[in-house]
Amino acid sequence: MTAFPWLSLLTALPLVGALVLLAFGGLGKLFVRFSALAFSFAALVLTLFLWHNFDSASGSLQFQERISWIPSLSVEYRVAIDGLGLLMLLLTSIVVPIAIIASCRIQERVPLYYSLVLILQACLFGTFTSLNFFHWFIFWELSLIPAFFLIRLWGGPRRTSAATQFLVYTMVGSVAMLLSFLAIFLATHKFDFIDLAAMARNGQLMPAVIDKLDWRRFSPGHLALIVFSGALLGFAVKVPLFPFHTWLPSAYSEAPTGTTILLTGAMSKMGVYGFLRILLPIFGAQMQVVLTPLLWLAVATIVFSAYAALAQKDLKRIFAYSSINHLGYCLLAIFALAKFTGVDTFLTTQKYAAMNGVFLQMFNHGLTAATLFWFVAMLEKRSGGLRGLDDFGGLRKVAPVFSGLMGIALFSSLGLPGLNGFIGEFLIFKGSFPLVTWATSLAVIGLLMTAIFVLGILQRVFSGPLNRRWASLPDLTVGERIVLAPAIGLMFVLGLYPQLVLGVVNNTVIQLVQQIKF
Amino acid sequence: MTWIVPNLWLVPALPMLAAAIGALLRRRGRIAAATLAIGSMAVSFLLSICALLQVLANRSGGQILTFNFRWFQFGNEWLKLGWMLDPLTAIMLVMVTFVGLLIFIYSVGYMAHDENFTRFFCFMALFAGAMLGVVISNSLLLLFMCWEIVGLTSYLLIGFWYNKPEAAAAAKKAFITTRIGDLAFLLGMVWLYAKTGTLLFYDGGAGCLEHSALTQLVAQSTAIGLAASTGIALLIFCGAAGKSGQVPLHVWLPDAMEGPTPVSALIHAATMVAAGVFLIARIYPLMSAHAGAALTPTVALQVVTWVGAITALFAALIAVAQFDIKRILAYSTISQLGYMMMGLGVGGVAVGMFHLITHAFFKSLLFLGAGSVIHGCNGEQDIRRMGGLRRLMPITFAAYAVGMLALCGFPLLFSGFWSKDDILRSALTWSVSRVPFYMGAFGALLTAFYMTRQVFYVFGGSSRLAEPSRDLLHNSHATGPAHASALPRESPAVMTVPLVILAAFAMLLGFIGTPAWPWFQSFLDGTHTTFAFSAFSGLNILPVMISSSLLVFCGLGLGWAFYGHKPIESSQASDPLNTIQPSIFSFLGHAFYVDTLYSATIIRWNTGCSRVCDWLDRWVWNGVVQTVSYFVVGIAHLDDFFDTSIVNSGFDEGCQGVSRSGQILSLLQDGQVQSYMRIIGCALIVLVIFLLWGAKV
Amino acid sequence: MLAWTIYISFLGAAGVLLLPRGSVASARILALVTAVAGFGIAFIYFLQHRTGAMLTIVRIPWVPTLGIEYHLAADGISLTLILLTGIIAITGILFSWNIEERANEFFAFYLLLIGAVYGVFLSYDLFLLFVFYEIVIIPKYFLIAIWGSTRREYGAMKLALYSFVGSAMVLIGLIAAYVVAGAKTTSLSQLAQFPFSPHFQIYAFPLVFVGFAILAGMWPLHTWAPTGHVAAPTAASMLLAGVVMKLGAYGCLRVAMVLFPLGLGPWGVHVLGLGSWRDVFALLAVIGIIYGALVALVQKDFKFVIGYSSVSHMGFVLLGLMTLNQIGISGAVLQMFSHGILAGLLFAVVGRMVYARTHTRDLAALNAMNLHKVIPFAAVTFIIAGMASMGLPGFSGFVAELMVLIGVWRAYPLLALCVGFGLVVGVVYIWRAMQKAFFIGAGVVPAPPNPPLPPIAFPERLGATILIAASVLIGLYPQVLLNVIVPALNSPLFDGLRKGSWQ
Repeated sequence: MTAFPWLSLLTALPLVGALVLLAFGGLGKLFVRFSALAFSFAALVLTLFLWHNFDSASGSLQFQERISWIPSLSVEYRVAIDGLGLLMLLLTSIVVPIAIIASCRIQERVPLYYSLVLILQACLFGTFTSLNFFHWFIFWELSLIPAFFLIRLWGGPRRTSAATQFLVYTMVGSVAMLLSFLAIFLATHKFDFIDLAAMARNGQLMPAVIDKLDWRRFSPGHLALIVFSGALLGFAVKVPLFPFHTWLPSAYSEAPTGTTILLTGAMSKMGVYGFLRILLPIFGAQMQVVLTPLLWLAVATIVFSAYAALAQKDLKRIFAYSSINHLGYCLLAIFALAKFTGVDTFLTTQKYAAMNGVFLQMFNHGLTAATLFWFVAMLEKRSGGLRGLDDFGGLRKVAPVFSGLMGIALFSSLGLPGLNGFIGEFLIFKGSFPLVTWATSLAVIGLLMTAIFVLGILQRVFSGPLNRRWASLPDLTVGERIVLAPAIGLMFVLGLYPQLVLGVVNNTVIQLVQQIKF
Repeated sequence: MTWIVPNLWLVPALPMLAAAIGALLRRRGRIAAATLAIGSMAVSFLLSICALLQVLANRSGGQILTFNFRWFQFGNEWLKLGWMLDPLTAIMLVMVTFVGLLIFIYSVGYMAHDENFTRFFCFMALFAGAMLGVVISNSLLLLFMCWEIVGLTSYLLIGFWYNKPEAAAAAKKAFITTRIGDLAFLLGMVWLYAKTGTLLFYDGGAGCLEHSALTQLVAQSTAIGLAASTGIALLIFCGAAGKSGQVPLHVWLPDAMEGPTPVSALIHAATMVAAGVFLIARIYPLMSAHAGAALTPTVALQVVTWVGAITALFAALIAVAQFDIKRILAYSTISQLGYMMMGLGVGGVAVGMFHLITHAFFKSLLFLGAGSVIHGCNGEQDIRRMGGLRRLMPITFAAYAVGMLALCGFPLLFSGFWSKDDILRSALTWSVSRVPFYMGAFGALLTAFYMTRQVFYVFGGSSRLAEPSRDLLHNSHATGPAHASALPRESPAVMTVPLVILAAFAMLLGFIGTPAWPWFQSFLDGTHTTFAFSAFSGLNILPVMISSSLLVFCGLGLGWAFYGHKPIESSQASDPLNTIQPSIFSFLGHAFYVDTLYSATIIRWNTGCSRVCDWLDRWVWNGVVQTVSYFVVGIAHLDDFFDTSIVNSGFDEGCQGVSRSGQILSLLQDGQVQSYMRIIGCALIVLVIFLLWGAKV
Repeated sequence: MLAWTIYISFLGAAGVLLLPRGSVASARILALVTAVAGFGIAFIYFLQHRTGAMLTIVRIPWVPTLGIEYHLAADGISLTLILLTGIIAITGILFSWNIEERANEFFAFYLLLIGAVYGVFLSYDLFLLFVFYEIVIIPKYFLIAIWGSTRREYGAMKLALYSFVGSAMVLIGLIAAYVVAGAKTTSLSQLAQFPFSPHFQIYAFPLVFVGFAILAGMWPLHTWAPTGHVAAPTAASMLLAGVVMKLGAYGCLRVAMVLFPLGLGPWGVHVLGLGSWRDVFALLAVIGIIYGALVALVQKDFKFVIGYSSVSHMGFVLLGLMTLNQIGISGAVLQMFSHGILAGLLFAVVGRMVYARTHTRDLAALNAMNLHKVIPFAAVTFIIAGMASMGLPGFSGFVAELMVLIGVWRAYPLLALCVGFGLVVGVVYIWRAMQKAFFIGAGVVPAPPNPPLPPIAFPERLGATILIAASVLIGLYPQVLLNVIVPALNSPLFDGLRKGSWQ
């Protein structure tokens, strides 16, 4: 508990920035870019401050603020973070500056662009800190609007359909989720995630819902599943879980690359966060009931997306599919966590491993995917928007540093040991294998396919005889190297010393896992 | 000198550091890069010597020296990594650092003209570091990580001349093929972790290779009846097979020859490809874990043996019909790796490792010799276009001859003879079957044959270099100008000296493992041994020695018969074997068409799958979404129609009076409307006054 | 003092009429002052009485022979709607700042309408309520018929006829009640006390309810709404959608449901799975929600989209009423307020900001103009209004729909899912209209408006800001209104309902 509302401040900061940009947008693009950057860095500093003051020994909810808001709906303003929230905050405030830097190709209506980015950041902060459905949902939904306009106004040729599909698709999920949470509210008169999780642990939640809902046409079990599937849909679309992923490739590839960085780096984590914070604690029992189909879906997500990525020609589409694939591992582990294991200490340890893996994987994927799209942005900047797999060739000759650094990022997404990608995936496999052996074994195919398309990129873009057209393609400038260095460095640091993150989140993981009781 | 144990990490760390610094160097920093790499390797070599001495000093104790540390935390557990020092480690350390050092020095000369000289040494140093990491690691996880990094460096170095499309393709092929094995390895590792709760090999009794864990593993059995230990061992063996180019995952190794020759010498002959063998040797306790005291070897070891034997013969056959000097050596490497695996399977760690060590020396010698030849011939790799180098490159020839004889296993003098003999002898006594022995023996014959063939092609006769090339592929070689018609010349000292040193070892190394004085074996087993000439009279020792020598002589003789006594005149002349049996020869020449088979089946299916997935995504899933939306819009149009035509019409019939309202309006619009309005206004005021009055009362 | 809202509006109307013709500016000012004063009074009263309980303001005999009284009273519900009326009145005048032609009469009718609406919301005597209810119709007719646009006579007449039919049904029902009760009183509370026989209520309730529901745009009797809205001038359509439709809903709740609570009870027989009027009307409401949204989805006329969206949103109100539980009904009242604000805002953007400038409402034509570059303020306003009306959290619409949905989950789980579908379609049609109207589509030849459009004037900005602020305020802190609505629903007036099938 802290007297000072740090989290509200953190959420408000980018909003203020957005207003400032809109108000003083007239002062020129340079001013806008730099002040946007300044605000995002301020947020980063604040997050690091929280990281520093976070009591990782307890790992429970901290920096809590609790104010009664709408008594007649039992809505209270409650924000707090545990290790999970903290990690997501950090990821967001790392990704947003990257997105801002990578957006330097934006030339028209610059102030609006950057203020939308900052608004999106505020929504993300809000989503990751809110513990009451009411304002959590506000942030969750509002985050769509800036994202929509970022795609709609600055996107590629087919932006209209892509943006609309993105919005409507996500809205369907949100409405479904809203309905099921209203059913729960009707029964429990609670909107507070923590309280609901507690009720679910004591096995009071679903009986209450079924009793209050008196929908006699369905058996209690099915009714519970209906309520669960609503919430599931909301998050499944966001992550996305196969087959609710079709909005993603077009959205990612049509969006301006800076926005794609935001979408994949931070927004896709909203879904996984929801799975961990909301679905698993509240609907664990239902997940357990439909575990097998869910696992199939997760495996399909992993394998299918990896194969689809193999067939793409557009770098952004490849990375779009690969980020579906990477989050698929998170889902696999999460579903494995939902497997009922009673008090078996051995399997509990596996769950610790799996959830730690999920945390790491979320963070790593955010970092790596953001960096990869960042490289795509720099490539587009040099090639005048070209980003086809076959448009290049032999770039290593003219841009060795570019190739080398992007190679590092690619290998980190391939999961090479020593880079950040590996530990997360290893922990996920280590944890899931004893819990859901067959699914985990199938998921390995995804790793292989990832390797194939990653090497395919290296082969076709950077190796081979130099494509004459790019004979004068400039290598990374000193400035670009300087701004890239932290991201690349972080990949190595996390790859070699994951304790840096795990040490902070571990106790939260222990608590979350122990809360999965049903 | 126990200080070495906690500081053993320095051995891999130094080359890694050199690589890290080298990565930051600019292209101009050639000397710096080379010095860094070689210097770090030298220091590591010295440290390895210290390690070896430490082990020797420690032999009386016999226990394995380990140093474990915590890496990260999940739940209430810490994941531990660590390194260890046992005879196996020590031997491998010395071998890798020594051979590596020589090859580094050699590379200074070989890569002199290359523009990416610094990058080359950076990669090489990274490789050395990772390889040494594999050697010392006391944790399967740490081993796996270094293992993957080794794979990465192999990828980078095969594709070092990245502007050659073949090189890029070969690099990708190598990485992916080994990756297939590695993923099985990963699963095995995860499984092992799940079963034993640790990945440390030796942890004071709690390690996964120690008695308690093993008994537990052999006790549990899987769904398909195998013991858990067997399943895990086989999965891990897949990884080893991938790295060591065992059939059917061998296809990447010949292509890997696209890399610079020193790379082939270090990575694809001496060390990395041997890592698979080393891995099996490392987890030998797991491979050979028995439930109780069974007599027959475990399933895992049988599999290892058979795969090894098949590989040994298969690759030797292919090597007979190759024309690229490096490809011949590549296939012979595969075949020799097969021997090592077989040795592990039939004879245990010592047998396999002995061949590994000797092979490392003479095979790297051969590759470096080949490199020297290629260097001399301005990048020509086709043995049909060489010839007559005996006089032109005497030192190279001498060294190469030594290596060749060692590889053939020329009796008594050469190391290869003793190690291969060791393997054959244990194969003969293998309790399961004798077929591996025969396969191995036949392989030995072939080895002698194809090496003789190669040597006569390259060094015998007169130079055919001036003649026009057969095919232009070999010309585009990044090291130097494609074709200077100048006669081949001897390579500089920086390249020949390492050759000589390696040659010396290729001869002498055998004597540390003769049946008379099996120091090497006993060293690995941690027992003492003394020189006893009488040992030769032991059970079927002499017979095997004699028979294998005979085989070797047959091979050499055949080789001389085909290629020696009547030197090849022109590069156009077809191979004598080809003239005898063209069909078989071309079949072998195309390596049993394995690549064709793979690309026709697996690769095609894979691409097919990806196409299908993409198609499903674009048309089916997306189509469903589109259909739903169109459906909704369709309903919407229906409703719209309903609204305008039905709901409204019902009303419109009901009011024909619209026209009259029109007249009222026309009334309103003319002048008198004002008065009309005022009337309403006054009425309003009256109403309000009335209401107010009411309110008052 | 709340009664003065009525008087002031009437006086204002009279004053405007008595102004010399052509004095447009003064007419505007006077009208605005009147509206502000009306709202001010309501607001002060609101601040004074936060309990939401029913308080009598004026009560005097009017036609003693028939027991008719002049009885004004206000509880939380009427207070909420009066505040709404005040806000709409002010902004409506702000948005009709550009009216030049015969401004005096325009504002006179306008204020007359406002006053009558205040009257309906305040009157506690059924006869009085009916009188005001009738007064509303006349200015409504003239506003459309004189200042309207496309097919105005048609629209006006349609509206008038529908209203008359509705009020006729109401009148019959009320007289029946009066006669059956036999007691010489038209006071709502006293009639509500009277135990009508269930049989009688089963017949009387649908009569009165439908009579009012027509004005609330209940499907399938909604068609007056789109045409009326489209035909009406901006301010009038703001009033129509914002306030007049609420009269209907208010009547349904305050009169029909209070007088004949047992009319909601089960028939005892099941027809097509429907067991009571309650089921019937709930079903009609849901149909209205989905149907309105779907039809709005394919309209080519910008204003029709909004017109049908009102049908869809009023469906939520009726559905909320039919849930017969506290959260549902209070949600319905909140939805009345929210829809009033949002519909007003949407019509203001469409009618005043876009149509009055571009003189076209054809979405295809607007699409080519890429208006978000030309009049960004309008675009932003519409986007915000759209977000609010598609039920995005943080705006008033969300809280209202949320409460209604909770009620529906309790009463009709299956319908809740259907409503979910309606919500999604709601998102789609608003977003489609927004993109077509303000953002140029792919492959459309840009045709910038010619001559260049005049900029958005200050009154419009002010009006838009007020409405947005109101919506956001309620969206973020609905407690303001819930504080008065919830107690009102617990007042003895609704005992009948609570004793009935209240859940």
